[in-house]
Amino acid sequence: MIGFVLRRLLAAVPTLIAVLTLVFIIVRIVPGDPALVILGDQATPEAIAALHVRLGLDRSLWAQYFSFISSALMGDFGVSMVTGRSITAEVAAVLPHTIDLTLASMVFGVAVGVPVGIWAALNRNGVVDVAARVLSLLGLSFPVFVSGIFLLLAFSLHWRWFPVIGASDLSDYGDRLHKLVLPTVALGLIMAAYITRVTRSAMLQSLGEDYIRTARAKGVPWRRVVWVHGLRNASIPIVTVVGLYVGILLGNSVLTEIVFNRPGLGKIIVGALNQRDYTMLQGLMVIYCFLIVVVNLITDLLYGVIDPRVKAE
Amino acid sequence: MSVTQELVAPPAPSGWRRALGKARSNPTTAVGVVICVIIMLAAVLAPWLAPYDPAEQDIFNRLQPPSADFLLGTDQFGRDILSRLMWGGQISLTVSLGAIFAAAIIGGAIGLVSGYIGGRFDLLVMQVMDVLLSFPSLILGLIVVALLGPELINLVVAIALTAIAPFARVARAPTLALKERAFVEAGRALGFSHTRVLFRHILPNILSEVMVMGTLWLATAVRVEASLSFIGLGVKPPTATWGGMTRDGFENILDAPWLAVFPGIAILFLVLGLNMVGDGLRDATDPKLRNE
Repeated sequence: MIGFVLRRLLAAVPTLIAVLTLVFIIVRIVPGDPALVILGDQATPEAIAALHVRLGLDRSLWAQYFSFISSALMGDFGVSMVTGRSITAEVAAVLPHTIDLTLASMVFGVAVGVPVGIWAALNRNGVVDVAARVLSLLGLSFPVFVSGIFLLLAFSLHWRWFPVIGASDLSDYGDRLHKLVLPTVALGLIMAAYITRVTRSAMLQSLGEDYIRTARAKGVPWRRVVWVHGLRNASIPIVTVVGLYVGILLGNSVLTEIVFNRPGLGKIIVGALNQRDYTMLQGLMVIYCFLIVVVNLITDLLYGVIDPRVKAE
Repeated sequence: MSVTQELVAPPAPSGWRRALGKARSNPTTAVGVVICVIIMLAAVLAPWLAPYDPAEQDIFNRLQPPSADFLLGTDQFGRDILSRLMWGGQISLTVSLGAIFAAAIIGGAIGLVSGYIGGRFDLLVMQVMDVLLSFPSLILGLIVVALLGPELINLVVAIALTAIAPFARVARAPTLALKERAFVEAGRALGFSHTRVLFRHILPNILSEVMVMGTLWLATAVRVEASLSFIGLGVKPPTATWGGMTRDGFENILDAPWLAVFPGIAILFLVLGLNMVGDGLRDATDPKLRNE
């Protein structure tokens, strides 16, 4: 097991370096001098040159590239062009909010999607199946900000069950959970819809296999056949989809944070965009990709746990 | 038909035609097509059908609720919501169709060539595509638009960029299998160039998969465009965009909730319609489901 984990970890390093390179290139091919953007058209050449030195833009591209890669791999993304504060520190301050939201939405998606998907598969072409198919199609058509606004209108403004403002005190767990409910449903809706569909088709496939017939012939109770024999074999595609959609959740959390006025990575990225804070954007892109690489790694490891054949390869 | 043509011609595209026939008899697809056609007609015919000028401000009729004069109400500048929705549909459709068309051509060509050449080249190209895929698409779109500036063409570029890698994958997989088939070998034996084999013999066989993918991604593109406009990175005001209108409504949500609800519903319906069409097409072309 340890060897398997180490191999996967090593395999992630080239991907990370490739991501860093791409981020470096994207930020560099932008037309315009960042110093000019920060200082404005009226800036004197001396001021621009001084800012170049401060931002490290006077060095050769290669020097900039290597120092960017090496410090990024150490977890140092430099300082924000606008506030001058460390990017790592600014991100670390709000990261718990974004992770709360993403994890909660993931749990919501699995908790709704897996049972509904199994139920639909067991009633193939029945009322439940058709309803699940229609509702999941509707669910995955909701842009997050639209579902967020609808939920806000209904449950915060009309019925007043939940607060309008989403910023919570991290040390007060009750408050944290209460304020997480609506954003989680808004963000998790698409996830729940996708998981329903994948679970349904994976269960249909696994329930048609020979080992299911064998298990039933042996007299294993039906409930156990479905949840243990069926679901375990259907779980690889489900885990794959959950892993893939964490990226979409992270992207969409930006919209959720705007609608529910929550602090988080999304708030920072929108602020950085408005202020043209290039170093901040560069750091955020790397952090997003890093989170996704980590999720892919966890997905890979889970494959090994679910299906021993994967680990043996 | 000459002997060479018979030998080299790929299997007749009856699968694609059969799929279309099957999709037509599927109620989900039919409803999806109806929704899409209504929205497209409303957008295209906006110059003739829209009751008001979408940019005309009327300070005496600010934030009016839906009424006989203004079917869907007015916004904070007294502009008619229905007219703005119809004009805004043009932006959504232009950006998404443009982006997906570009992504399908570029991504499709990358996948086709990479799969056909194979070997190290293929490995390298797919590695680059994997890196592109490891960016959340909304974040990538957000940053590209922010860097290039919120113009219509830049939105097309940004959204296309997020969709290239999936198209490359979808085109590559069948190419890998097709290039081993007898008709490709026969074509090469007859002295056809690689380009001719690739575009005249392999391309027609993967077209249906790329097109199904295109419909499904069109739904995503509409959603991403609306999301970018909602964040404030869409086509600049006063041009009406559905995402931008939802944002305006969201800012006035306490005084005039309908302002955010109507554009939100418009986006939801277009995405839903496209998903329904794409789903029906996929079910109809999926060989695993074909025999059911």
